[in-house]
Amino acid sequence: MIGVPSIRPGAPRTYSARASRRNKVTRKAALNTVGVIVALVTLFPILWMISTAFKPPTEIYSLTPHPIPLHPTAANFTQVINGQAAGLGLTFWTFFRNSILVTVCAVVLASALSLLAAVAVARFRFRLRTSFLIMLLVVQMVPGNALVIPLFLDYRSLNLLDSLTGLIILYAGLALPVSIWLLRNFVATVPRELEEAAALDGAGPARIFWKILFPLVWPGLVAVSTLAFITAWNEFVFALTFLSSQSHYTLPIYVGYFYSKGGASWGPIMAASTLYTIPPVAFFLIVQRRMVGGLVAGSVKG
Amino acid sequence: MRRVPEAMVDTVGDRQATATASRSRHTMRGRPGPRAPRSRPSAGSFIRRHKLAPYLLIVPALAGIALVLIWPTIQVALYSLQNFGEAQIVGTVPAQWVGFSNFTTTLTDPEFWLSLRITVVFAAVLVVLTMIVGTLVGLLLNRLGKKMATFVSGAALVAWATPQVAASVVFVWFFSPDGGIVNWALTHLPGWLGGGQHWASYNWATTGPLPAYTIATLLVVWASFPFVAVTVLAGLKSIPAELYESARVDGAGAWQCFRKITYPMLKPIFLILVLLSVIWDFNVFTQSYIITGQLGNRDEYNLALYSYSQAFQVPPEVGLGSAIALILTVILLIITVGYVRANIKQGALA
Repeated sequence: MIGVPSIRPGAPRTYSARASRRNKVTRKAALNTVGVIVALVTLFPILWMISTAFKPPTEIYSLTPHPIPLHPTAANFTQVINGQAAGLGLTFWTFFRNSILVTVCAVVLASALSLLAAVAVARFRFRLRTSFLIMLLVVQMVPGNALVIPLFLDYRSLNLLDSLTGLIILYAGLALPVSIWLLRNFVATVPRELEEAAALDGAGPARIFWKILFPLVWPGLVAVSTLAFITAWNEFVFALTFLSSQSHYTLPIYVGYFYSKGGASWGPIMAASTLYTIPPVAFFLIVQRRMVGGLVAGSVKG
Repeated sequence: MRRVPEAMVDTVGDRQATATASRSRHTMRGRPGPRAPRSRPSAGSFIRRHKLAPYLLIVPALAGIALVLIWPTIQVALYSLQNFGEAQIVGTVPAQWVGFSNFTTTLTDPEFWLSLRITVVFAAVLVVLTMIVGTLVGLLLNRLGKKMATFVSGAALVAWATPQVAASVVFVWFFSPDGGIVNWALTHLPGWLGGGQHWASYNWATTGPLPAYTIATLLVVWASFPFVAVTVLAGLKSIPAELYESARVDGAGAWQCFRKITYPMLKPIFLILVLLSVIWDFNVFTQSYIITGQLGNRDEYNLALYSYSQAFQVPPEVGLGSAIALILTVILLIITVGYVRANIKQGALA
């Protein structure tokens, strides 16, 4: 009975209402300030990366660093894009193309296979269903870099080592457990009655899938492909171990190689990192709302 | 003829009609007759009769998972019991079964214990920091207005989406002895706060495990708190507001509200987040690899780097690398059992 002063007899109502409103305004201002600080601290590494990428060498190694380039230059970017900077004799687009190719193929493959499996798990009761689900959980936990040793030898005997196809298969496979796990909740939320009604109208399984299930599961597919995209675009250990010819390097390997050979030429390295970071961040911001909704629906139940 | 006119299916609209309709569709394809038991079995009816559809649907995914996850895990276990070096990789000498000798070699190697200690301490610090920062940001997001919340969670998503290699390189640049802003800031800090000129050329990456993993800690917390924050936020949205209102009427403060309402309501989510963080943070390869200088500093290895370097060094020791990888996997599997049980308790398998 302490926290409700406005209905206490004797206290002037208007005064306390105004006080509580002022209290609310200050609290909101304080919260917003904290919010801005959190956002800025979080964005700081990204902003610093971009700012360094636009700085000429004299400013990068200056004794008093400035947050914003005084003499902004695009030289770092041109050096990276025309391939002078890393000394590999290959332009940035080679690595970009490799990364895009591997990522897009892996995402499409993983989404398709996981949608099929998700339908099976969400729509049918079958004998090995629970074992399959537990297997998905357990398999997610196997550390990727433990698998790099046997997969290196397997891929060696399959002649897939220095090939982008090998990476596509690998990345799709690595993304499958999480994708199935997330998608199955989306499939489960599609009302069965809709499908039954369509069947009643004479629609075959394929038609029901494309016309009913697919549009309704679409947000889930967006979430799943975003995760698969991040996994594939990010992946480092396997690409590092498997790819031997430089023309097959994906972007993370290129940036890592550049960094190790670059002798601290931070301007071009930051330019390359910036270019490497743009696609996933752009992708994420575009799907942000769906993404958060999708992840939440998939991972947190109740 | 058991054929039902399509118009009738539409209007009747009960299960009986569909059953007849679909049956008639199949009999049409085979020999006409009641039920047509000896009609040419189509693939569709075979699948339906034996309830094969779910199996056919999971087979492609299962094959993929088996190929890149299950079979290699078994292989790690097999290799760890074998003498598998360069000669065996090339194929001139078959692998020999050597029992547990790879494990005894590993467990008597002081480097193993150093890297295990680094891994455990690093993971513990990471989990605690990630959970605290993530939960606080989640609570903040829950109380912000809509626009502000979108802005802050957008910033967090940017951190989350930044590729690990790019983020690692940026953090190394922060701590670089030539022009990095951390050393610059530390040299300008007043002496009583520990600042001074001796920071000017301090090399964080290669001086020892503690400075190197300070960079890695900041980096991993920065990259992984957004996931915790967004998940906690989703959990907070599911708590009915009336609970807090009545608590406030009873005079509960912010901390009491958290302890008596938020924490118990979100306990299952916290449990899963902690388990996931433990699993991820036990296993930090990319960031450690870049920060500690590409396998250059043996005294800064964690288990992941140690296993990798044993297996891919010159000459390669696949057996030893697999033994270490298996030890890491077993530690993680023990934690996973907790994860699976937490999921089952939440009814996620239903």
